[in-house]
Amino acid sequence: MQKFTTHTGTGIPLRRNNIDTDQIIPSRFLKRVSRSGFEDALFAEWRKDPDFILNTAPYSGGSILVAGTDFGIGSSREHAVWGLLDYGIRVVVSARFADIFRGNSGKAGLLTVQVSEDDVDRLWDLLDREPQTDLLVDLSSQTITTPESVIKFDVDPYVKWRLEMGYDDISLTEQHADRIEAYERRRPGFLPDCRFQSA
Amino acid sequence: MGFTLAEKVWNNHIVHHEDGSPDLLYIDLHLVNEVTSPQAFEGLRNAGRMVRRPELTLAMEDHNVPTSGLDKPIDDPISALQVQTLRRNCAEFGVELFKMGGEEQGIVHVVGPQLGLTQPGMTIVCGDSHTSTHGAFGALAFGIGTSEAEHVLATQTLPAAPFKTMAVNIEGELPPGTSSKDVILALIAQIGTGGGQGYVLEYRGSAVEKMSMEARMTMCNMSIEAGARAGLISPDRTTLDYLKGRLKSPQGEAWDEAEALWLSLSTDPDATFDAEVTLDAGSIAPYVTWGTNPGQGIPITGSIPSPKDFEDERERKAAERALSYMGLEAGMAMKSVPVDTVFLGSCTNGRIEDLRTAAGVLNGRRIKPGMRMLVVPGSMKVKAQAEAEGLDQVFADAGAEWRFAGCSMCLGMNPDQVGPGERCASTSNRNFEGRQGLGSRTHLVSPAVAAATAIRGTISTPADLN
Repeated sequence: MQKFTTHTGTGIPLRRNNIDTDQIIPSRFLKRVSRSGFEDALFAEWRKDPDFILNTAPYSGGSILVAGTDFGIGSSREHAVWGLLDYGIRVVVSARFADIFRGNSGKAGLLTVQVSEDDVDRLWDLLDREPQTDLLVDLSSQTITTPESVIKFDVDPYVKWRLEMGYDDISLTEQHADRIEAYERRRPGFLPDCRFQSA
Repeated sequence: MGFTLAEKVWNNHIVHHEDGSPDLLYIDLHLVNEVTSPQAFEGLRNAGRMVRRPELTLAMEDHNVPTSGLDKPIDDPISALQVQTLRRNCAEFGVELFKMGGEEQGIVHVVGPQLGLTQPGMTIVCGDSHTSTHGAFGALAFGIGTSEAEHVLATQTLPAAPFKTMAVNIEGELPPGTSSKDVILALIAQIGTGGGQGYVLEYRGSAVEKMSMEARMTMCNMSIEAGARAGLISPDRTTLDYLKGRLKSPQGEAWDEAEALWLSLSTDPDATFDAEVTLDAGSIAPYVTWGTNPGQGIPITGSIPSPKDFEDERERKAAERALSYMGLEAGMAMKSVPVDTVFLGSCTNGRIEDLRTAAGVLNGRRIKPGMRMLVVPGSMKVKAQAEAEGLDQVFADAGAEWRFAGCSMCLGMNPDQVGPGERCASTSNRNFEGRQGLGSRTHLVSPAVAAATAIRGTISTPADLN
């Protein structure tokens, strides 16, 4: 996984609530079997509109998406995170994220920053007024710095540690192999298995 | 102080706990589909890892598969490659796979319960958000991403962040003509698409106790549409009756052991929830969505809301945008909205009771000329059962298309799609922009409303047919 420490980039004000993962990446792009190359799929329908924010300079080259509340609702598709990363987005800022999307982001190295709706409003206003403004996102101090203010954000300490170190979960879990084996010996015998003679 | 059902299941599955880290949970059942798994298997291969417990893993071809012409190869080469990739991965890693057309194939969330694979107290995951369906049995079941799927394949465990608990009390008697689909749409309209964020919902109360397992599954299925991590229901006599005798249910002494454990899982009387919401079942009407997220729903007797009705600026803009996408005018009666297509199926409403309900409405009637109605059973077993009951004939006589099993028009990854600008009354779970096909417009409804709508051509209840 890509490490995350600090990131400076252009903010993209995406003034919509309830952005679901079908919008972030429509299902027809989910037929691919690769894990990369999804940049064309990001917001594919909305990008057909020439006035969409990602078709507007300088936002089209942005890397910090500032979106409305309840970002990433709906389908569990991790392709949504891959689409954002492949496009060049490193940070998504919102007042609330859907759980599965947020979990997927943490696994793939995309930082999700949760701030208040008022902070989102202030960032939107700033990015509208001063499109060229760079935002500095610092994971260690948990701050977004703009020319006008410093916004603190909360992040799960474990997710923060993993992002800073770039650790992947599987190797961390494999260190507990003995505990997994011990648990397996305790499992009730009546639990089902997935073996079928007829299938 | 006691524990809730969700907490008990969680605590029973902790492999490792360390302050400051997520708990490492053991996963009893991992369901896999062709869409979200290729990159997970590829990750295993690249790292030289095996599937730790292939016998706790079941794979299914459901999202991409056509529901007609199964004797021919899949037309779409990209879909075909994805299905082929799943077959290759399952063969290589020793995972059981139910292929399209096979007698046990179907939508994985319909198949698991009908085989008895879904049991109370289990942890169940799948790279699909509607895994919450299995919560109807008192299992802790939730959707995961592809990185997590790879983690479960490799270790049979998952690091999981702590959750909060929310009691959803549904008291009273549901009025005739309403169903658990209307209850869950009413709940989401009340608490919003983010209202359940961070929570595991527990559906409780006299209305829930009276629901069949299939009705409970419909409700738990859409927990994710309220933003919840999962939704579950305490195992009771109804749960036991459903499970008894199923292929993978315990038998003999093992059943007795299992039953004792299952019945001990119910939320303790002195347990507390972090949040609570109450619905009066008696006041619930058939619900229909008007907008582009599942929280934008109203009773069927209502009118399309005006953006001016929303005080919050964000919600007002969202409503404006939704009405424009949906091609609706504020103030229109919901029942006057004309529909081109009706879809009966999906992991939400593709089970035998759903088909019986719709067939009961359609029996002896014809759908409106020009109307397209697709009936897609949730599994091949549901299809066989419906055919044994003659329901397929009822649908055919009414003018509907009777299909093979799969996810189908719920998300249009196969050829079953709603055309641009077309309007669909759908028993599925999501009305997002373009969900059922580019430019498609979706109204989420119950099976009874779907059937009545197919006949009248506008959003209707069975009572409107008389």
